[in-house]
Amino acid sequence: MGANETGPIGQAVRRREDARFLTGTGQYTDDVTMPRQTCAYFLRSPHAHANIRSIDTKAAKAAPGVVAIYVGADLTGVNGLPCGWLITGTDGKPMNEPPHPVLAQGKVRHVGDPVAVVVAESLLEAKDAAEMIAVDYEVLPAVVSGVDALKPGAPQIHEQAPGNKCYTWALGDKAAVDAAFATAHHVSKVDIVNNRLVPNAIEPRAAVASYNRAEQSYTLYVASQNPHVERLLMTAFVLGLPETKVRVIAPDVGGGFGSKIYLYAEETALVWASKHVNRPIRWAADRSEAFISDAHGRDHVTHAEMAVDKDGRFLAMRVTTTANLGAYLSTFASCIPTILYATLLAGQYTTPAIYCEVTAAFTNTVPVDAYRGAGRPEATYVVERVVHQVGVDLGIAQDEIRRRNFIRAFPYATPVALTYDTGNYDQTLDEAMRMADVAHFTSRKAEAARRGKLRGLGYSSYIEACGLAPSNIAGALGARAGLYEAGEVRVNPTGGVTVFTGSHSHGQGHETTFAQIVADKLGIDMANVEIVHGDTGRIPFGMGTYGSRSLAVGGTAIVKAIDKVVAKGKKIAAHLLEAAETDIEFKDGKFTVAGTDRSKAFGEVALAAYVPHIYPLDKLEPGLNETAFYDPTNFTYPAGTHICEVEIDPDTGVTEVVNFVACDDFGNIINPMIVEGQVHGGLAQGLGQALLENCVYDAKTGQLLSGSFMDYAMPRADDLPTFKVSTKVTPCTHNPLGAKGCGEAGAIGAPAAMMNAVHDALLGVGVKDIQMPASPHRVWQAIQSAKAGA
Amino acid sequence: MSIPLSLTVNGQAVTTTVDARTLLVDLLRTGLALTGTHVGCDTAQCGACTVLVDGRAVKSCNVLAAQVAGAKVQTIEGLAAEDGTLHPMQAAFRECHGLQCGFCTPGMVMSALDLVARHPGADEAKIREELEGNLCRCTGYQNIVKAVRLGAAEMAK
Repeated sequence: MGANETGPIGQAVRRREDARFLTGTGQYTDDVTMPRQTCAYFLRSPHAHANIRSIDTKAAKAAPGVVAIYVGADLTGVNGLPCGWLITGTDGKPMNEPPHPVLAQGKVRHVGDPVAVVVAESLLEAKDAAEMIAVDYEVLPAVVSGVDALKPGAPQIHEQAPGNKCYTWALGDKAAVDAAFATAHHVSKVDIVNNRLVPNAIEPRAAVASYNRAEQSYTLYVASQNPHVERLLMTAFVLGLPETKVRVIAPDVGGGFGSKIYLYAEETALVWASKHVNRPIRWAADRSEAFISDAHGRDHVTHAEMAVDKDGRFLAMRVTTTANLGAYLSTFASCIPTILYATLLAGQYTTPAIYCEVTAAFTNTVPVDAYRGAGRPEATYVVERVVHQVGVDLGIAQDEIRRRNFIRAFPYATPVALTYDTGNYDQTLDEAMRMADVAHFTSRKAEAARRGKLRGLGYSSYIEACGLAPSNIAGALGARAGLYEAGEVRVNPTGGVTVFTGSHSHGQGHETTFAQIVADKLGIDMANVEIVHGDTGRIPFGMGTYGSRSLAVGGTAIVKAIDKVVAKGKKIAAHLLEAAETDIEFKDGKFTVAGTDRSKAFGEVALAAYVPHIYPLDKLEPGLNETAFYDPTNFTYPAGTHICEVEIDPDTGVTEVVNFVACDDFGNIINPMIVEGQVHGGLAQGLGQALLENCVYDAKTGQLLSGSFMDYAMPRADDLPTFKVSTKVTPCTHNPLGAKGCGEAGAIGAPAAMMNAVHDALLGVGVKDIQMPASPHRVWQAIQSAKAGA
Repeated sequence: MSIPLSLTVNGQAVTTTVDARTLLVDLLRTGLALTGTHVGCDTAQCGACTVLVDGRAVKSCNVLAAQVAGAKVQTIEGLAAEDGTLHPMQAAFRECHGLQCGFCTPGMVMSALDLVARHPGADEAKIREELEGNLCRCTGYQNIVKAVRLGAAEMAK
């Protein structure tokens, strides 16, 4: 793996970024200040669905401190926000892609839809003025559920999307699936609601835009996971500006979880307006605003069936899903319930035939897009809930039903378009069962029963496709972008190394992990390595951080650039040592003539490259600065088993997670401390979904009922157990680091493990079906209904 | 309406005037450029803005600047020694990987100091209960709890 067996790769190196975060010297977007700056405030729709008859800004424009006010009609020449993925439906037609205006154009389609932006000397003055804007709304009936939106007679949200349908899309061999079902020994069925979630990074979205008249250029600071993508979409598709005239900087970013991938209306309006007012403009969402403007996650309604033979072997799976996309297509919304969902429905199993049909609907809710896991948690939840049901229906133990169907020969081509390169699913299941002490579960259950409590055990053997993505495959599936990553390794004359990466860290610790890789590969001290990210002005290009791709794709780009540095270094060293280039070996930071003690240190070669007095100038350029773009040849496939043990109090409905174990295979690990932290965080979000979190809209008015931290149940320290986590390793076969990615696994595996445990606990009292989140209210009601029905 | 205000921030005397509706967090972040104190919500739930006022943890987004006249306010910027040596609680967060994106961290550290002052021997359950008012979306809290225990032990030395 590493060039040096005792090198930094694989060590739990403490994070270098912590020093600034722990002393209050981190610089997040809202910490940026500029001379002559102004403040922006967005006036948003209070209605879920309404025509705008008129907007009167006259009084507001005269209010103290107001610099400018813009409404949709003012944004001449500004296009709508684009969607980055074209889905082609089962009818062979492209998805319906209605406009997504930056500011409302005559109609609002969700509570929080931006209607006007007020630019003022201070935020308080901007807010005061916004209150003086008179908007005459003609309120229309609203629809908030995807299923309801597709029904005949539902309120129509877009002219361009008849019946509120974005697309119906399918994957798999329907005929083969139908044939297998026709002769199956048994069919297990589940109906599933994958609850809508609000990402809620603790740093709200923020932006500071400024215009430089002399250069006719813009600078945007923005809380973003991918500044280059932000710039590309904003300039090429919306504002019609040259990319060369816009610099996007994503400085320290306080968490993303998907919600900061997208190009949003707010920063786009700020960039446009910064030229018009010729002053910097700042904006930061408050939390109430974040709830009604950050892209939400999940929101699927699914019916799934598994056909099995008498021994519990899976013959075919059939899945029908309705996905709620919200009021507009967010940047990657269309690919989440399709490409990143249905392709994962094989899970860890040899199910020979799978067919999945997805209908995506527009509703009067905040747009829905990728949230930690993005399609893969939804797929895992479907697969593992139906597998659990097969075990229950056939009376086969939950580990055994999984083992009977595990894929064991690799590479393995699934019936849903992916080819898994490697894995060992028995290994992670065995270890998870040992950690969970499954052997003694029966006695714990009996002991709990004596106390009047219900214990349950739930399994989730998940798989994910990460390391997004081979660009040619993504392109064939409708992606409108490439999904490579860029890395530049700049060796400075004194031997220090500056690395420019297109990946973006917003908590993942890249400044540490990537420095470990560089120090290891070049045999130099980590202190001599600087990692730069998040600035289109300094970094060649980048696709950013999401889909657990940073190490597998971004890290590999850096490794490829290092390889080029070493190759050039060998040429320089050969000249300095008067040896043949083919005789030069590079190890432990030294270029050595093979079989001799003659060598040049890395720093000496770097110096020679920049002070080329003794240098093969006729054959080689001076300098030591290499860039690589890496486009992966396959996805990576992290996988593992999570086991959850719950204890339910039937009198109160309270579910306690008494034990949660995770054994994951992320391939090779660079920093085990950081990996463990990523797993903890993912599990917290996964258990948050299963136990606590639920985004609720009022069905009639379309008002967001869970619109603050007082109403939306974020996991708190005393809601969560102490997780037991471990890893097993089957290295990825197609990237030089052997890395697969670890950022989303917790959120992908945990919900099914917990809900299977809840179902297991409640089976004895007759509850067959309960949806997330398993709140005390729901659990208690389910128990009462079961009692009443018995 | 502007009102005059005097207080002590991180050991330094501050005399200023503020708009009557200015929140303490805005005085710190905008008035005094102490941007280590963060704003994560508008309902006093997330705790990212937690500072110490006369030694007690306070959510600075929920206090008017005018209310802390004469008080001693301590923020994350005032914890490390002048030579840069981290406070034992800061060092414990780094050692235990008790932070990821860093946004909730200043508030979390300030709450932890208040917690340790009131419950020096707090066990895991007590620490989890006491951290109820501070949200973290990255860590799952496990390493924060570990860090608070280590920080408390180091402070007791």
